Amino acid sequence: MSSKQSDRREFLKRGVALASGLGLGAATQPVLGQLPGPEAHQHGTDEIVAYGKRSRFVTSVRIPHGGRHSPDTFGLDFHIAAPLQDSVGVITPSSLHYMGTTRGSFIPDIDPDKHHLMIHGMVDNPLVFTMAELKRMPSVTRLHFIECAGNRSSSRMTTVQETHGMTSCAEWTGVLLSTLLKEAGVHEGADWIVAEGVEEVKGASSLPMTKAMDDCLVCYAMNGEAVRPQQGFPLRLLVPGFEGIFNVKWLRRIKVVDQYYMTYNDYGHLTQDPANAALGYQIGPKSVITYPSGGQQLPGHGFYEVSGLAWSGGGAVSRVEVSTDGGRTWMDAEIRGTAHPMAHTRFTFQWNWDGTESELQSRCTDDIGQVQPSRAQVAEFWNIPAGQPFSVKGQDNSIQPWRVASDGSVHNAIA
Amino acid sequence: MRLLKQVAALSLLPLLLLGVTAQAQSPTYGVGRAPTEVEVRAWDIAISPTGEELPVGSGTVDKGSELYLSKACAGCHGTTGSGGIAPRLVKDDVGPDVDPWRFGRVLPIRSPYATTVWDFINRAMPLGQEGTLTPDEVYSLTAYLLFLNDVIADGTVLDEKSLPLIEMPNRDNWAQVPDWFPRQPRLYGYPY
Repeated sequence: MSSKQSDRREFLKRGVALASGLGLGAATQPVLGQLPGPEAHQHGTDEIVAYGKRSRFVTSVRIPHGGRHSPDTFGLDFHIAAPLQDSVGVITPSSLHYMGTTRGSFIPDIDPDKHHLMIHGMVDNPLVFTMAELKRMPSVTRLHFIECAGNRSSSRMTTVQETHGMTSCAEWTGVLLSTLLKEAGVHEGADWIVAEGVEEVKGASSLPMTKAMDDCLVCYAMNGEAVRPQQGFPLRLLVPGFEGIFNVKWLRRIKVVDQYYMTYNDYGHLTQDPANAALGYQIGPKSVITYPSGGQQLPGHGFYEVSGLAWSGGGAVSRVEVSTDGGRTWMDAEIRGTAHPMAHTRFTFQWNWDGTESELQSRCTDDIGQVQPSRAQVAEFWNIPAGQPFSVKGQDNSIQPWRVASDGSVHNAIA
Repeated sequence: MRLLKQVAALSLLPLLLLGVTAQAQSPTYGVGRAPTEVEVRAWDIAISPTGEELPVGSGTVDKGSELYLSKACAGCHGTTGSGGIAPRLVKDDVGPDVDPWRFGRVLPIRSPYATTVWDFINRAMPLGQEGTLTPDEVYSLTAYLLFLNDVIADGTVLDEKSLPLIEMPNRDNWAQVPDWFPRQPRLYGYPY
């Protein structure tokens, strides 16, 4: 017997011995000459066959936002932030999409076969649509972000999920609101609509007819499937670029009217300052670096692809710049793919970190010429003395600085 | 024959008139149906500042103070309208002659219109039993909250006529949102 044959016999014997010592499906030790395998092999289940499931090693989750737990003591969902630190590309998975509500909401359990949308008020032809009828109408599919008015970074926050997690971006499908309004025939002088949901507070917002006729969507789908219940199943309004509260969920009714209605939602944004009112309406140009970001740890100096998200309520992102020296010098980042209007846009920047303390920032410019400001620029514009604490007027779109310490730890650098 | 022509001409007239309106406003797709008037009345709960949708009814401060307890408002908002786990309903005590904005984020004092108070109670209260209050009960609860905030006097009767006429302290003391047009900056002169 050659030594080679002898080795093989030994190998087979050992293999049998090894297999008998292990349960089926348990992790196997790599055998000599074989590549190491996965931790385990899972048996199929009906549930995973039906709807799939992510790996148990992927643990990225949403978190309650703003110091109020969801669900709260009543069982209401309030504000829930998306894990932007783990985001790639521009689509937020539906299960991780941020959520906001006005008073806190129980999520309505709506049978879509019983749901209707009514359009009435100052129109020639008041209309009621079933979901099936809405799906017969001409549809559009568009990428749009939504962002909560309270998406505001502060020095007390650590991660990008805390500082910026109240925004997400999805592919939305539905009927243009203008298609439905034209079908109803809007009267002269009907300068506003009131859009209203079916949930327990029947949340309603006033919207200008100019916006309603421009690009608003009545959506029944997101990311290739039905809109999620937390996002307004079976129907939600999408108001691209406007603050989150306008994107009425569980949409049941659109009333065409001649005045601003001062609904409870409208009242919630009430302010005495005209600049505050204007800057809290259409979202400004904004961006944030998601990697490296607060709470993350770089293993050491060397090459990193810096990555982040940019967006604007005024149009498409036209330019993103990155600074690695705290805003003293700026270099163009690469915009990945097509920058869609009022959509998250992924940018990247190739960075060789020399291991010294650095401060990373990003700055967005949109295609109507608005530029994301630093907090210092905002303070200067409003003549706020240096060192005086202040809150950025309206929706906060100021630049987020991340400090990379020499040990590779990453920190929120807002003073 | 002549008669027939006249009849034809007469019957064409309304068709022509209809044709003019129909050309401008007829549905393109013809999908969906017209709601009945009953459906519209039942669904139409949005109350404008001018109050034309307000239902007929009336209420008083006294009845409101009873309802505040019997409808369990006090359980969440506090027996005095503050100190509960739900938002406070009574203005902060900052003295009588101050900017109403300093009274705090309190709906029945900060809102420029009493209709917003009525509308929100009607659509969204009490928690878990929304939509169960009668119009009279909503008028009474609104009256009680406005009385607690020194907006109306004890003994005031609120109804669909008087409610929209209430002069809230912030009536003309708030910033309107700007007229909106596509691709315009959010605030002219502000580069950010």
